[in-house]
Amino acid sequence: MRDFSYLRAGNIEAARNAAALPGAMLLAGGTTLIDLAKCGVAEPATVIDISHIEGLNAIDVTADRAVIGALAKMSHVADNTEVKSLFPAVSEALWQAASAQLRNMATIGGNLMQRTRCPYFRDPQNFPACNKRAPASGCSAIGGVTRGHAVLGVSEACIATYPGDLAVALVAFDAEVDLGERKLKVEDFFLAPGATAEREHDIRPGEVIMTIEIPGSAAARRSTYVKVRDRQSYEFAAASAAVGLELESDGRTIRDIRVALGGVATKPWRVRAVEDALKGKALDEDTVRKASALAVEGAVDHGANHYKIALAPRVIARAILKLGETA
Amino acid sequence: MNDQVTISPTTLSIHLTINGRNHALDIEPRVTLLDALRERLHLTGTKKGCDQGQCGACTVHVDGERVLACLTLAAQVEGREITTIEGLADADGTLNAVQAAFLEQDAFQCGYCTPGQIMSAVACIREGHAGSDEEIREYMAGNLCRCGAYPNIVAAVRQAAQELRS
Ligand SMILES: Cc1cc2nc3c(=O)[nH]c(=O)nc-3n(C[C@H](O)[C@H](O)[C@H](O)COP(=O)(O)OP(=O)(O)OC[C@H]3O[C@@H](n4cnc5c(N)ncnc54)[C@H](O)[C@@H]3O)c2cc1C
Ligand code: SF4
Ligand code: FES
Ligand code: FES
Repeated sequence: MRDFSYLRAGNIEAARNAAALPGAMLLAGGTTLIDLAKCGVAEPATVIDISHIEGLNAIDVTADRAVIGALAKMSHVADNTEVKSLFPAVSEALWQAASAQLRNMATIGGNLMQRTRCPYFRDPQNFPACNKRAPASGCSAIGGVTRGHAVLGVSEACIATYPGDLAVALVAFDAEVDLGERKLKVEDFFLAPGATAEREHDIRPGEVIMTIEIPGSAAARRSTYVKVRDRQSYEFAAASAAVGLELESDGRTIRDIRVALGGVATKPWRVRAVEDALKGKALDEDTVRKASALAVEGAVDHGANHYKIALAPRVIARAILKLGETA
Repeated sequence: MNDQVTISPTTLSIHLTINGRNHALDIEPRVTLLDALRERLHLTGTKKGCDQGQCGACTVHVDGERVLACLTLAAQVEGREITTIEGLADADGTLNAVQAAFLEQDAFQCGYCTPGQIMSAVACIREGHAGSDEEIREYMAGNLCRCGAYPNIVAAVRQAAQELRS
């Protein structure tokens, strides 16, 4: 790990000023930044420690909305009683992520900013070609081992999977990220690679994530996060789905449904085609499976990740049917 | 600190509170808590497995919560209460209930992962995440054991959780 200078920001203004310096990077929980610095991927000139700033870790939940401070820890949000009852998919996405130790360190702001786990991205010594790390250098994954790579939202420049769990639940429920001067939909905060794989987030130098806000809804209250992976715990998703469901008073017609996918796309992936196909329909297995198949229309595989195209609709269907059973 | 931006020198003078004792250290900013503990303070009970946040061997407590020392900068935890495996037993040598349970259940082979397992288990029980074997397995998943002592580890955590509850 290359050395850097260290600055502890006492307040948000200091953090913003310092974050605008060339080569400066914010440090919250450090579970992405220090990891990537050790891999030689992140080479900050200055590390600005924001973890001591007071007041940015509040978790404020009402039936109307949840407002979560950028420095709130993943573990604290996952265990929050109101989050569990009013936004269960958010709690489930968090406690199924990483490990208990990492969740005690990692913050919600840092979580949104985590980078891909593409093994080529993480190994600059052996794989210099990576458009995400070094624009226009090429992509080592295309033509390489692609078992974990994305099938949705890919480009010729990059096929790296967005690895996180929380943001999948956030895009399902129309959450917003507050950057102080501006607010945007979490869905728009994440950028698909296109021709600019190096840009993953709509965030500018000097901007700091302040809070995320999740609007409350009946679908958010009846929601779940299903995560399928190579081992049962402490692993990134092979495919995951955040789903929320609201039924009409007849108990079987779908009034509102939210569906988002993780582990298979280059960004947290809302699938409105599935939602539209199900709204107004009766909830039965056949209808659900047919609609879920729409999630992977246009998917592109690179060999070893072909299985994700079959897996993703099944994970969605499992999540919807599971919610249907919990009347 | 005010709104101004000041860049630190390449060596930082910091104070760490470890197991209730204050330590003064001059370190490079990049030094992790794990390296500070092992290389500078000779508290070698905290182990380095992967050094990448993947194995849990370096688990310590910061302000009572379990974290990974290999992904924590030493400078970052100035002013926090740090507890390592060396600080777990009572001053008179009486073992923590989890330490005793690990001995009783023979919850290790080579012992390399054990300090991390024990630190993790103490916190796991305190968090209220040791209610069933299934929950213990899920909430201890961040601690890998290459010897595969998992069944005995679960038994030890279960036993300690029961003792601490009663
Ligand atoms: C072994 C391992 C397994 C993992 N498994 C999972 C998993 O299964 N699911 C999952 O979702 N995640 C997983 N993660 C990723 C983990 O969730 C993220 O590393 C963590 O959430 C990042 O948060 P942090 O506070 O530690 O970020 P940091 O490392 O402190 O920061 C990350 C980035 O965000 C920037 N940043 C931090 N805070 C702000 C802010 N407020 N405003 C603007 N920029 C900011 C930093 O500059 C940095 O670039 C895993 C990580 C590891 C190491
Ligand atoms: S998939 Fe993206 S991150 Fe991975 S090597 Fe290619 S360009 Fe880099
Ligand atoms: S040494 Fe820290 S997690 Fe492996
Ligand atoms: S006892 Fe050997 S690694 Fe766990």
